Amino acid sequence: MAAPLPTPGVGPSPAEPAGACTSCALAPSTARLARLGLAPGRHDHVVALAGNPNTGKSTVFNALTGLRQHVGNWAGKTVARAEGGFSFGGAGYRIVDLPGTYSLLSTSTDEDVARDVLLFGRPDVVVVVVDATRLERNLPLVLQIRQITGRVVVALNLVDEARRHGITVDTRHLTRELGVPVVATAARRNEGLPELLAAIAQVATADDPPKPLRLTHHDPALEKAVADLAAQVEARFPGVPNSRWVALRLLEGDAGIEEAVRNGTLGDLATPREAA
Amino acid sequence: MTLDELPRGQRAVVTALDLRGGERRRLMDLGLLPGAAIRADMTSPLGDPTAYEVRGALVVLRRGQAKTVHVEHSGTPSGSTER
Ligand SMILES: Nc1nc2c(ncn2[C@@H]2O[C@H](COP(=O)(O)OP(=O)(O)OP(=O)(O)O)[C@@H](O)[C@H]2O)c(=O)[nH]1
Ligand SMILES: [Mg+2]
Repeated sequence: MAAPLPTPGVGPSPAEPAGACTSCALAPSTARLARLGLAPGRHDHVVALAGNPNTGKSTVFNALTGLRQHVGNWAGKTVARAEGGFSFGGAGYRIVDLPGTYSLLSTSTDEDVARDVLLFGRPDVVVVVVDATRLERNLPLVLQIRQITGRVVVALNLVDEARRHGITVDTRHLTRELGVPVVATAARRNEGLPELLAAIAQVATADDPPKPLRLTHHDPALEKAVADLAAQVEARFPGVPNSRWVALRLLEGDAGIEEAVRNGTLGDLATPREAA
Repeated sequence: MTLDELPRGQRAVVTALDLRGGERRRLMDLGLLPGAAIRADMTSPLGDPTAYEVRGALVVLRRGQAKTVHVEHSGTPSGSTER
């Protein structure tokens, strides 16, 4: 499973030439998204939908955009990304539906797409759609994404299924534990979507979003190795967020991240998201 | 014992993975972490591979992979992975 990531930033067959970025001033992430093959358009915020396979991401996408995006597995080798738009509270949103993934760490081709967009596209909000009936299986990805960004909303989907199985989830407690909004939804029945939109808008416009989660290691040797390597990553790519996350991936021998360091695409992460 | 020795229908708890690098990562990402409850669900007609239920989903492993997963018997009900 050591298939290297495709070079980050050079996504498969960009639909539009990356030069046509006329709205970069509107959304600083637009240029990066264009390089990942995502068509930039007029919008204020970019939202990415991530989550394990089959949790209802495309159903949420359809409900928010009113599109009839194909619901089901992403087929074939050329992995396309579904994009749409919606407006809410006077702001325009561009939304990207990603293929399902269990992890940002070991990757298959489908998962590379999700990881590239989350890491290098730097969306303004990541909505992680989780299956309320299989929370334990779904939470590792939430934690991995929380290590990259604090601009996260968790859509606790399939709550109708959970109810049928007698499962209730304490969303307030989960919100507190994760440090980001958790909204219960049943996307197929349009349940919880107004609340989800409100949470997306709140995170998109937050001046002071939660910090990415920082994992500490109780092994002093590992902790030292991570700290040393993270310092080198920061020296080479000043301003790169999550240098500790990058350091851990390098220590793990992650081929995609090694490549991003070698060819400099990791520097894209260092571009400040706002002028401030 | 190792996972390949777990009889069909029986439950166990993962105690360790005898793997390194990407293969270890992959199994962990699929939910095979120490403490996870696992159940041998179905074996293909030739006895290999076998489907295991872990954290509410089926994970299919070849015998060689299952041999690297150390488990111990448990009376834990399906789905529960309390440590
Ligand atoms: N009961 C119920 N079913 C849902 C809900 N949301 C989605 N589904 C169903 O779950 C199945 C999978 O939905 P998708 O939207 O394709 O899931 P996905 O996350 O996009 O799947 P991948 O792209 O393959 O990872 C479909 O049959 C949906 O109709 C929900 O809230 N409740
Ligand atoms: Mg989908």
